[in-house]
Amino acid sequence: MKLKYIFQILFISVLTLSCSTDDEDAPINEIENLVKIQDFVNNNHTIELYNETGTFKTGYNKVTLRVKNNADGEFIENANISWMPVMQMPSMQHSCPKSAITKISGKSTLYEANVLYQMTNQDGSGWSITFEYNINGTDYNVTDTITVTQSEHQNITSFMGSDNVRYIVALIAPKEPIIGINDLMVGLYKMENMMSFPEVIDYSIMLDPRMPGMGNHSSPNNTDLSYDNSDKMYHADLSLTMTGYWVLNLKLMNNTDTLLKGEDVTEQNERSSLYLELEF
Amino acid sequence: MKRFILFCFSLLFYGIGFSQDGLPKVKKDTTKLKEVIVVAQRKLSNYRQEKTLSSIDAYLEKSNKITMIKRGNYAWEPSLNNMVTDRLNVTIDGMQIFGACTDKMDPITSYVDVSNLEQVSIQSGQEGVENGHCVGGSIDLQVSPSKFNDNGLKTSLDAGYETNGNYRITGLDFEYSGKKFYFDSDAIFRKSDNYDAGGANEILYSQFQKYNLSLQTGYKLSSGQTLETNIIYDKATDVGYPALPMDVSLAEALITSITHSYKSDSTTIKSLESKLYFNTITHIMDDSKRPDVPIRMDMPGWSDTYGFYSKATLRENKHNLLLNLNGYYNRSLAEMTMYPNDPNQPDMFMYTWPDIRTLYTGLYVKDNIELNKRESVSASVRLGYHQNKIAKQTGLESLQIFHPDIKDTKSRVLMSFSGNYTFAKESYNASFGIGYGERAPSVSEGYGFFLFNSFDNYDYIGNPNLKNEKAIELNAKTNFKFKKLKLGLESSFFYLSNYIIGEIDASVSSMTIGANGVRLYTALDNASIFDIYLNTGFEFSDKVVFNSSIGYNYGKGSNDQNLPLISPFSYLAEVSYNAQKFNAALQLEGNGNQSKYSSFYGENETPAYAILNLNLGNIFYINSNKLVVKYGIENILDTKYSTYADWNNIYRQGRNFYINTSFVIF
Repeated sequence: MKLKYIFQILFISVLTLSCSTDDEDAPINEIENLVKIQDFVNNNHTIELYNETGTFKTGYNKVTLRVKNNADGEFIENANISWMPVMQMPSMQHSCPKSAITKISGKSTLYEANVLYQMTNQDGSGWSITFEYNINGTDYNVTDTITVTQSEHQNITSFMGSDNVRYIVALIAPKEPIIGINDLMVGLYKMENMMSFPEVIDYSIMLDPRMPGMGNHSSPNNTDLSYDNSDKMYHADLSLTMTGYWVLNLKLMNNTDTLLKGEDVTEQNERSSLYLELEF
Repeated sequence: MKRFILFCFSLLFYGIGFSQDGLPKVKKDTTKLKEVIVVAQRKLSNYRQEKTLSSIDAYLEKSNKITMIKRGNYAWEPSLNNMVTDRLNVTIDGMQIFGACTDKMDPITSYVDVSNLEQVSIQSGQEGVENGHCVGGSIDLQVSPSKFNDNGLKTSLDAGYETNGNYRITGLDFEYSGKKFYFDSDAIFRKSDNYDAGGANEILYSQFQKYNLSLQTGYKLSSGQTLETNIIYDKATDVGYPALPMDVSLAEALITSITHSYKSDSTTIKSLESKLYFNTITHIMDDSKRPDVPIRMDMPGWSDTYGFYSKATLRENKHNLLLNLNGYYNRSLAEMTMYPNDPNQPDMFMYTWPDIRTLYTGLYVKDNIELNKRESVSASVRLGYHQNKIAKQTGLESLQIFHPDIKDTKSRVLMSFSGNYTFAKESYNASFGIGYGERAPSVSEGYGFFLFNSFDNYDYIGNPNLKNEKAIELNAKTNFKFKKLKLGLESSFFYLSNYIIGEIDASVSSMTIGANGVRLYTALDNASIFDIYLNTGFEFSDKVVFNSSIGYNYGKGSNDQNLPLISPFSYLAEVSYNAQKFNAALQLEGNGNQSKYSSFYGENETPAYAILNLNLGNIFYINSNKLVVKYGIENILDTKYSTYADWNNIYRQGRNFYINTSFVIF
């Protein structure tokens, strides 16, 4: 019994000791564990783009940004930034689903956003981003091309629904799937015009995960994807019984339960025409 | 809990310390009711022991109450009272040991050999809970007792050959026994090719190869105290399982123990035996020799067990008390990796036994009271604490797909009671017993994850929420002797509630390619199992004896379905001639038509069969040395048959000529 108290005292003393050794003046490295994707440079500022891998891939990408004043190397803490990613096609150009750029709460220099590239050229070319930003009442902008590489698996798909609207469905989570029940998060967007891809609300997406390598084995206790207003995403329980290659077969229904895209998986039909892929 | 185990250990060492003062040795008690199969080689006494070098499995098969479930020619699974491994308590000299195969390809009996053992003790129902909880009964594989008989060095050589399967056996045994010290070391090697069923039909993938080494040593600390160690190493490679889609490339076991025993005549405590043990098993399934499989896979499994027991016998007036305090800790882990036919896809992996840790501690007390010269009653109780823990987070998350509410640990309290009355006269004896017992689900039943059962072609999913299976049991046994005629009748009835069995869940898709679906382990409200045997013996003369046994079994669940693996009407008849240096026996063995098969649980009707065997034995003395020769023909008529206990109806051996020889050099 006494040992327990001794441990507690030891533990507390170790904690207090370690606290006091912290150097409060040390510069806080806010981009720890992040890798730089690219710098966007104009005469006044450099916008630095980061994420966990340092590359853009097709599908869902989370981006962390900061704006450096080229003159003094200080990071701007009060910028208002908007952006527009654009894909240049031979005959036209279009954008993709993306979020607004917001300041990360609790960080002094960092901003965040996400973007979903639905396609890319084979060599990764075609995309560019324009940032328009305002610092202390002055407007600035910068544009540069970026490289978007093709993901190994289909984690995003763009398709025409039976209502003649073009939609985009993308896998957002799980990033690191487990054997077990995963929180599946999927984004659903519609193409309002070439440059606008708002979230679609209150539709539903039927889910049927399969393993083609195991005779199209399915898994039990999955739920269908339903819309969550708090993060404007679609959520479901996805159970994966083993590691490997999985196909998430989907069927998209609108808010009046009309089928917009996808089919049931049967003996004859191994895969729905609307699907996402996952591997772990 | 840990404190309790610590307490148990200290008690154990206290016991060792306590027993320091040496006292004369007493004879071992023999319990009248238990069935004992003498295994020890080079003993020619038992008329049923036709092959001195046959496997443990073959020995067990000779028992009335035991049927061996066969998935091939090796590692048969014993079934007692129509109940298999999960419902039985199979131990090696009181040591808990658990197979490492999720598909029951390695029953414990496959990890020992005749060279290691003295006898096998089979106890039915709650009579069998001395070493652990069970509902069906227990099989204890007992190693030889101490040999401080000052016989000096003894060497024996064994060799055996069987024509069917080109089966070769060789063995070597060195034994030294002094007054204060002994050792017994032996080695045995077995190798068989594919065997032929009746009509020269080769059964592919029925080969096997194994060797077994053991070393037993003993040291006498004082006249009443001994210290013994026992090490068994068993390794089987290239084992085919014709009834299954996979074979085994390695089944390896290391079984070790150290035992302290104390014996005394003059004190109330007559004996005190304490053992510490450890065993580890590695089992690797392999499909590389099968040409056509839907998908290639690896399925290794491991099982490690640490344990102890301390048992004491006490005698005071009419009371014969047996106490056994034991505990063990087991780790069972099995995994599966599948290699997709499309090389672009990654390997598929899952834990089939997600590192399950089982901790058990319990106490058993039995009192046998001699009422008078003819009557005795006995009562026993076992109380235990049982805990399962899923050590792998991945395993917990996998099982939460099916059982979202489960936690990583599950504890149970297990109980068992039994009472028995025995009446014995010279020409008549009878016994009646009543019992109640509980068991925890096995690792597969509780935690298995997509375990493919080729018997009913379903994948099985464990259920950690299963309740304890409970059994109420009645048994009766009686023997009459009228001059040269002996008649015996024995019967037992089990009423099992929360009977654990797999039920189809049509909403779950199978994992194994080609399987019919998925069964989740769940419990039937109840099930009934009944068996009755009539044994007859007639002595024509001192040397010529007729023996027969017929049996009837019944098993049904509360869902009105027949239970699987219930024996149909069975019979055995034998005429034997036993002289001092020669013996011979002609056997007829068969089963009736399996009319009450369980199609619901994947069985089909197995037709009736009968086979004839002839066994002969000679014993020669050359100077002071001894040569034992056993030979004969099994399945003389080369009948092509399979029994209800043959997995997927694989055919059993056709005609087989065999010869076993043992040469003992004193």
